[in-house]
Amino acid sequence: MWGEYMSSKSVMTLLGSATLALYSSMAFSLDETSKYFHPQPQSVIAQETYDQHILALWICLAIFIVVFGVMFYSILKHRKSTGYKAANFHHSTVVEIIWTAIPLLILIAMAFPATKTVVAMKDTSEPDITIKATGYQWMWGYDYLQGEGEGISFFSKLSTPVAQVKGTEAKGENYLLEVDNNVVVPVGKKIRVITTANDVLHAWWVPAFGVKQDAIPGFIRDTWFTANKPGVYRGQCVELCGKDHGYMPIVVEVMEADKYTQWVADKKKASAAVVNTAAVGN
Amino acid sequence: MTQGVTKINLEMLKKLLIFSVIMFGFGYALVPMYEKFCEVTGINNLLQPDVVDKNIKVDMTRTIAIELDANVRGLPWQFKPLQSNVKIHPGESLEVMYEISNVSDQEISGQAIPSYSPRFLEKYMKKFECFCFTKQVLKPGETRQMPVKFVIDPQIPVDVNTVTISYTFFALQPGK
Amino acid sequence: MAVVQDVHGHHDHHPSGIMRWVTTTNHKDIGTMYLWFSFAMFLVGGFLAMGIRAELFMPGIQILEPELFNSFTTLHGLIMVFGAIMPAFVGLANWQVPLMIGAPDMAFARMNNWSFWLLPVAGMLLVSSFFVPGGAAAGGWTFYPPLSAQGGMGVDMMIFAVHILGASSIMGAINIITTILNMRAPGMTLMKMPMFVWTWLITAYLLVLVMPVLAGTVTMLLTDRHFGTSFFNAAGGGDPVLFQHIFWFFGHPEVYIMILPAFGIVSEIIPTFSRKPLFGYSSMVYATASIAILSCIVWAHHMFTVGMPTVGQLFFMYATMLIAVPTGVKVFNWTATMWRGSMTFETPMLFAIGFIFLFVIGGFSGVICAIVPIDIQVQDTYYVIAHFHYVLVSGALFAIFGAVYYWLPKWCGRMYDVKLANMHFWLSMIFFNVAFFVQHFLGLAGMPRRIPDYSLQFADFNMISSIGAFGFGLTQLFFLYIVIKCIRGGEKAADRPWEGGNTLEWTLPSPAPYHTFETPPVIK
Ligand code: HEM
Ligand SMILES: [Cu+2]
Ligand SMILES: [Cu+2]
Repeated sequence: MWGEYMSSKSVMTLLGSATLALYSSMAFSLDETSKYFHPQPQSVIAQETYDQHILALWICLAIFIVVFGVMFYSILKHRKSTGYKAANFHHSTVVEIIWTAIPLLILIAMAFPATKTVVAMKDTSEPDITIKATGYQWMWGYDYLQGEGEGISFFSKLSTPVAQVKGTEAKGENYLLEVDNNVVVPVGKKIRVITTANDVLHAWWVPAFGVKQDAIPGFIRDTWFTANKPGVYRGQCVELCGKDHGYMPIVVEVMEADKYTQWVADKKKASAAVVNTAAVGN
Repeated sequence: MTQGVTKINLEMLKKLLIFSVIMFGFGYALVPMYEKFCEVTGINNLLQPDVVDKNIKVDMTRTIAIELDANVRGLPWQFKPLQSNVKIHPGESLEVMYEISNVSDQEISGQAIPSYSPRFLEKYMKKFECFCFTKQVLKPGETRQMPVKFVIDPQIPVDVNTVTISYTFFALQPGK
Repeated sequence: MAVVQDVHGHHDHHPSGIMRWVTTTNHKDIGTMYLWFSFAMFLVGGFLAMGIRAELFMPGIQILEPELFNSFTTLHGLIMVFGAIMPAFVGLANWQVPLMIGAPDMAFARMNNWSFWLLPVAGMLLVSSFFVPGGAAAGGWTFYPPLSAQGGMGVDMMIFAVHILGASSIMGAINIITTILNMRAPGMTLMKMPMFVWTWLITAYLLVLVMPVLAGTVTMLLTDRHFGTSFFNAAGGGDPVLFQHIFWFFGHPEVYIMILPAFGIVSEIIPTFSRKPLFGYSSMVYATASIAILSCIVWAHHMFTVGMPTVGQLFFMYATMLIAVPTGVKVFNWTATMWRGSMTFETPMLFAIGFIFLFVIGGFSGVICAIVPIDIQVQDTYYVIAHFHYVLVSGALFAIFGAVYYWLPKWCGRMYDVKLANMHFWLSMIFFNVAFFVQHFLGLAGMPRRIPDYSLQFADFNMISSIGAFGFGLTQLFFLYIVIKCIRGGEKAADRPWEGGNTLEWTLPSPAPYHTFETPPVIK
């Protein structure tokens, strides 16, 4: 009765093309270098995460096509306006069992590689270097606790000028993703990051390495990464920590071993009196 | 509708109300349950000395690297370990030193809270002596060195070879 | 006895004017008030969303200073969850549950009145907290301590509002459970109940299970803030992570509280417009129940980055993935219901199909979030924002729109302007996707949530998202117009405006009289 208002075919075509548009936008994003997808994985964990995500997306796409293939076929063919008469079946135990079992199997297939990665992510043993990252309202403090560079300690604050935020000055290339002191680590070495916080919760995240760990006041947590390639990798605080939560980025600079040694020497020289940042916790 | 229905309804109202009160209590019960859970899995810290089996065996085949860490929250204190890391055989008892100094001109008291990584280290870490068992009161300008004596239980899973022991000093409100 | 009198007391004289609404114990009046309240809150929450999206239109700070921005997101979340979606479902239950089970009214008519009138009080508290010194709560709708211990009076007002809303929900849930269990028409066994009633029964149980826990959590937060306890404060021997456990013990079932009634609505609409009985009715019931049970053991999937032990992470990953199974069963059952039906596509059907289509996308991103390594990457980013808006907006909200278009003819006896209503659907559908689909990519590319400003690489997609959001917001004003137009006048609706409608409410005249089923109908 009211159905006539829907000119059937045209609406379905519209819906179909909208879907296609959505999913093709996904396809172009799957390209590894796209700025709209994961940043290029720079560690084993990030790579595994990336691969599992791609796998999951293909599985989802397949299920999507099957389910909505059936549904849209039905929508096109089994409509009253074409004179289709309704069947009256409403039950089939066999079918129900099949479509309970198959998803279960698919999920197991997805959980399997994920389990391996989780175990690997948790293995923070035998690091070459241990760095403590302390979240403050609103900056990060870093202490090199162990390994080459031990004793180095500094704060790392957003270096984007306020004028850029307010829009009175043109925004720079790394707007909001730049700091005064980068965390420097050597390439190919296992870096253990211990997180804690001074005041409220924060979270330390560098997407390219696939590490994200909450920083909790009064407690320490840890995570690790090994960078594949020298370069500068940027991340941000990802746990709401108050007013300037959006303004406490993380910049990790990965260097060749000899450059790193040089950096350590310079840093040590520059700060003859190294104070544990913890002492400034006011 | 008969009166019977209403009675049943009131009956059910009573039951459901009691149930929600129980669930409210359950919210609170989650606090000790969580602590118990953390204790069993060794996640949380207990601020008491541990009793250690006298004839605990030292496992010389294994060495565990311990990193020491110190934090201060909201206190004008400086706090650091005097050695940043040590190596230990499971079962061997060890003493490490921490140093605090009050850089303000007031007497202040603080309480240290330990935290471990990996978290289950708590279960295997047996402390005989620790400055975290009591509050610490520091006079203006005072510096104090404090030991932590402990042993790591050889039962600790074999794949653990690097751990971190961290302390955080919090200010104590006067009167506490 | 008192309850019986309440129901019958209004036979001849109901107070008129405003007092009619203040004192009413009639389930239809109360249902109507719930729905209007929820829509008003939806507009407030929507206004806040527009503020957020306006600030995020371009990089840089233009209209909302960071602190105010945080208040906007916090109150947007709270108001949408507790003020818009939940009361809308309770309103639908008030109207429809008695009509669909052949009961004269809700079991506790006077309590029903109270549980409604608590809501405006809580709503006022939330809205007015913007104007107190220190501003509204700004710690996110999850109000994690220690941050939520820092705020000013606005946080206390929020805590108080949550208490009131919790009390209202618990009373509402008790009422619904009792009505469904004790007041069904003779012959309507549990397994003959319409799916909407079933899903609400299970939802109501979830509510009495977890709302008290939320009340407990906020009480602990309050005593931590003001009375020196240290539940969540490391300095006093507490643990901030404990808060997250307790909060999400409530919070995850909460998201199912917001979606199960939506499943029920869709399970009514799809058979009606397919002219074919619901496929796998009993498996639908079991699926709903197992989703509800599973939902109580998956809470820590919101906490994969707090640093849980490995076994904890794995357990919560597996349990979460398992929920996809009964949820999948539901989608397959709906598809099978449509299969070989004789379908027409009136507005409710459009919203129901739109619901399935987009909810499945939200379900997929949900499974992806369940996989721990991926979740560690996307947790607290715009990916999660996209995910839960797919399940809350195109899930819960679309189902609510569908329900309104489905039952409005019964409620006010008139047919709405179908052309406009269909347009409402198509505009919502398009703008919603424009606003939220791109957010998946923002999250994957590294944009955290709850930030007022972002780096330049995110600029273009944020602009697209904001444009979509503005369109979506305006479209909802259009919905208001459609409903008012329908109430004001329009073509008379038949008693059974939908050919395929077989539940009890369609046996009543349109509009449904003030008192219905005073003698219970007999179910064959
Ligand atoms: C008009 C359509 C809507 C728009 C444009 C919109 C927009 C947004 C945006 C941009 C955020 C992100 C804030 C941030 O993290 O920076 C957000 C958060 C949120 N939205 Fe919506 N939203 C809409 C409708 C809804 C509805 C109907 C619900 C229903 C429950 C909802 C629930 C939430 C929740 C729970 C949050 C999280 C708040 C927090 O981070 O604490 N939204 N919304
Ligand atoms: Cu932050
Ligand atoms: Cu959840």
